[in-house]
Amino acid sequence: MDAEISLTVDGVQRTVTVDTRTTLLDALRERLGVTNPKKGCDHGQCGSCTVLLDGRRHLTCLSLAVANDGAEVTTAGGLRGSGGGLHPVQQAFLDQDGYQCGYCTPGQVCSAVGVLDEIEQGHVSHVSDDLEADPELTDDEIRERMSGNLCRCGAYVGILGAVKQAAAAGSGSGSGGGAA
Amino acid sequence: MKELTYHRADDAASAVALVAADPDARFLGGGTNLVDHLKLGVTSPTTLVDVSRLPLDEVSELPDGGLRIGTNVRNSDLAAHRAVRRGWPVVARALLAGASGQIRNQATTGGNLLQRTRCVYFQDVTTPCNKREPGTGCSAIGGYGRYNAVLGASEACVTTHPSDLAVALAAVDATVVVLGPDGERRVPMSDFHRLPGDRPEQDTTLAHGELVTAVELPASAAARRSTYRKARDRASYAFALVSVAAGLELDDDGRVSDVRIAWGGVAHKPWRAEVAEAELRGRFVSEEAVRAAAEAELAAAVTDEQTAYKVPMVRNLTALTLTGLAEGATR
Repeated sequence: MDAEISLTVDGVQRTVTVDTRTTLLDALRERLGVTNPKKGCDHGQCGSCTVLLDGRRHLTCLSLAVANDGAEVTTAGGLRGSGGGLHPVQQAFLDQDGYQCGYCTPGQVCSAVGVLDEIEQGHVSHVSDDLEADPELTDDEIRERMSGNLCRCGAYVGILGAVKQAAAAGSGSGSGGGAA
Repeated sequence: MKELTYHRADDAASAVALVAADPDARFLGGGTNLVDHLKLGVTSPTTLVDVSRLPLDEVSELPDGGLRIGTNVRNSDLAAHRAVRRGWPVVARALLAGASGQIRNQATTGGNLLQRTRCVYFQDVTTPCNKREPGTGCSAIGGYGRYNAVLGASEACVTTHPSDLAVALAAVDATVVVLGPDGERRVPMSDFHRLPGDRPEQDTTLAHGELVTAVELPASAAARRSTYRKARDRASYAFALVSVAAGLELDDDGRVSDVRIAWGGVAHKPWRAEVAEAELRGRFVSEEAVRAAAEAELAAAVTDEQTAYKVPMVRNLTALTLTGLAEGATR
């Protein structure tokens, strides 16, 4: 069965007819030519396909495209800083050397934007001591919250530094930067 | 993957009618487990009825102080909800111990309860598995068995249920609200999942076409003083080897007036440790008392050399959890 769907991808409205079995990841990459989200494991284990879907971090490999008709997708390539340049999270990954080969980086960047936004909203995590308090962004909190994004090169030290830098710059999706 | 007809449900009743009428139809929620199974060939429905946009996404307080959670409330939103964090910390902790931030943003409350086992043979369609293909045999018996059950298993199936949330819900006596072709019914959490017996293909007591619409949490002192602990192979983003959901209420003398213990990673369903609970009621909480109570519950355990570790692990984790709660630890 085919279905026509429309998506807003990095600020641009796109319409495409997909087989209903197509994942959102394959629709983006193979049908719309948006290769920024990467296919790593294709089973929800690595996080390299992460995008912001209606503003929240989301795995595109475990989503059917047809079920996301009408969604707003922001990939790492669609993020912009408030002045139109690099988003503070993108800048922080550059400054802190938060990658080696770069394959997982678009997913890491989207996930980091999501983490900072979740912190701003007061979401606790598995390592938060007090569930009733607002969380503080310690190193342990960042590691726990970024655990859904694997880096086979092992650039975790730089990734941790990048999230800290971006947090210090006040760069959750709610402030300092935004989607194109 | 087979050809797939997709319907977006307009309302819960029509979704139920569509699925109930077609044995090859399935509900689609967040999709984090089902979409993976479509790719792996673990399941091959010909029709998906998407219920993820139905307006069943509210968390509301009940007149008696309980909480009603719509089935489409995402795991992340439920864990972040202030009333859950305050009144049912075991539920928030269990959710936060599961999956990753991205998956918790997608996964729904009802879908979490309906996720299938992570047994490697269930997910590998080249091997026999009674749960995936009834009558073909169980590859986990005599195979790679480190994650196998130690309580309530059968000759047909030795797997465990993977949900963290379900273990917490068992501990707080949650109720699952279900809509079927003949109307709504309410299922106590203890009756929602089942032991494998000779029908391991059936994870729950739901009939085909029945849709989870909500989960209700009753308020209690034991739920307010509760937590969830999980032992796993890595510090984050891994399924449980064993887990403990526990709640505690002490009387003025410091004796146990109410205690709830449910275990994950040990059985085909969340295992409510009622024998251990009975042993502890009226007593003071100490490491020795909790260990003895857990051992009474575990007298029925059946282990082999691959699963023997689970018995001391769940016993010790239960002792750590309850002594922590008695001392007022927040996690």
